[in-house]
Amino acid sequence: MDLREEVAALDPIIQGIIQAIELIISGDPEVYRITELSLIISISGTALSCIWSIPISAVLALRNLPGKRVIKGLFNALIGIPTVALGLYLYLLLSRAGPFGYFHLMYTPSAIIIGQCVLVTPIVVSFTTSALESVDPEVRTLAKTLGASGMQMDAVVLREARAGVLLAIVAAFNRAFAELGVAIMLGGNIRDLTRVLTTAIALQTEMGDISLSIALALILLSIVMTLSIILSFARRSS
Amino acid sequence: MISRLETLNVSKRYDHLQALDNVNIGVLSGRIVSIVGVNGAGKTTLLKILAGLDTMNEGKILVDGREASQEELRACSTMVFQKSIMFSGSVYDNVAYGLRVQHVQSGKLRERVLSALRIVNLENFEKRKANKLSSGEQQRVAIARALVIERDVLLIDEPTANLDPTNATIIEQGIKEAANSRILLLSTHNLSQARRLSERIVHLHKGCIIEENDTSSFFANPRDERTKFFLDGELNF
Repeated sequence: MDLREEVAALDPIIQGIIQAIELIISGDPEVYRITELSLIISISGTALSCIWSIPISAVLALRNLPGKRVIKGLFNALIGIPTVALGLYLYLLLSRAGPFGYFHLMYTPSAIIIGQCVLVTPIVVSFTTSALESVDPEVRTLAKTLGASGMQMDAVVLREARAGVLLAIVAAFNRAFAELGVAIMLGGNIRDLTRVLTTAIALQTEMGDISLSIALALILLSIVMTLSIILSFARRSS
Repeated sequence: MISRLETLNVSKRYDHLQALDNVNIGVLSGRIVSIVGVNGAGKTTLLKILAGLDTMNEGKILVDGREASQEELRACSTMVFQKSIMFSGSVYDNVAYGLRVQHVQSGKLRERVLSALRIVNLENFEKRKANKLSSGEQQRVAIARALVIERDVLLIDEPTANLDPTNATIIEQGIKEAANSRILLLSTHNLSQARRLSERIVHLHKGCIIEENDTSSFFANPRDERTKFFLDGELNF
């Protein structure tokens, strides 16, 4: 009995896992193309969100604003927004009949990037605000008495909170990378264009190609877990 | 260089608490003045106001006879806090912070940082993580961090509270060295330290100055009854 026959005799899930590992090790072009596109889209969405989320957090944590608690509460509540609901709202905005239909963004990677960016903004804002608020307020006073300007004081607080800010960014990336609703509604799961890991897993499972689904799921999980492990090491060393 | 710092009728209230009440003191460059008093007397509040880190409700602060704004006070002074806060990073990064925000060029910056570290006997500590140091060593870093920016007014709040004698001695030596060319105000409830370091002593009690005298007279012939009680270690006066 050769190896193939032995494998066939095994449980179909184990068989799927073995074939999945073979797909990954052999460098299957489709697997790598989907992974690459997923990484590009989720990194872009997270990075774009950080451009405004971190300054918003700095304002919420370090300035006295009227209604600050309400705004923070709103961002906290939005962390759990269902991705399908968000996908639907953005679909209505970006579709041809919608207010942004003119830009023809639907079913492009840009649409998924925008969607993921909106999705992770509450995560980055809430986590970063908490991280900045946890820094000893005397750090700011110390910087002030050593001659720092307002911006330099904000920068030193941000620096002291960097482990928390990094956690916010990684949590946001993980959420973007693992979500399905936005990617399927705005991207449409078009092969070689908008097919990302989560949409591909859903499709392949539906089509019965369990080994490809498992291969993609393994990649998804390993990236998310590797990032979490790196983050915990980084936090410990800082 | 600033040669005189004065407060004129400085008062500060926190809700229903009168933290400072008509405080008038004058300090000359090159002379250490100690502010003594029990906890809650208003020593830290006074130093924070002089450092431009807190506002006052009434009164003026004069620098060389001219009224100074909060920004002007911040520009000419620096304060060392009782609880030494360290920025994350190395001892060198901590001491260099005040120079970096002023964009001092790197060669000069290094020279000044190493010289400040020498004053507090931390020559070989530059690469150590500041947060990993003992509290005494951290307080020495805090003194070096304040000295390196060469401000005319140095305000030090309880520099050796809860420190061992070795660290306390090193810090006192650093303070003496720093006082040569500066206005130096020291808040302490360590009376023997005030006696060792300062030329004048101000006794602050419940936000009011109840005695100001040169050091020898303060200890030998206190004028106020409450100062006598304070020197005798009485708790209720």
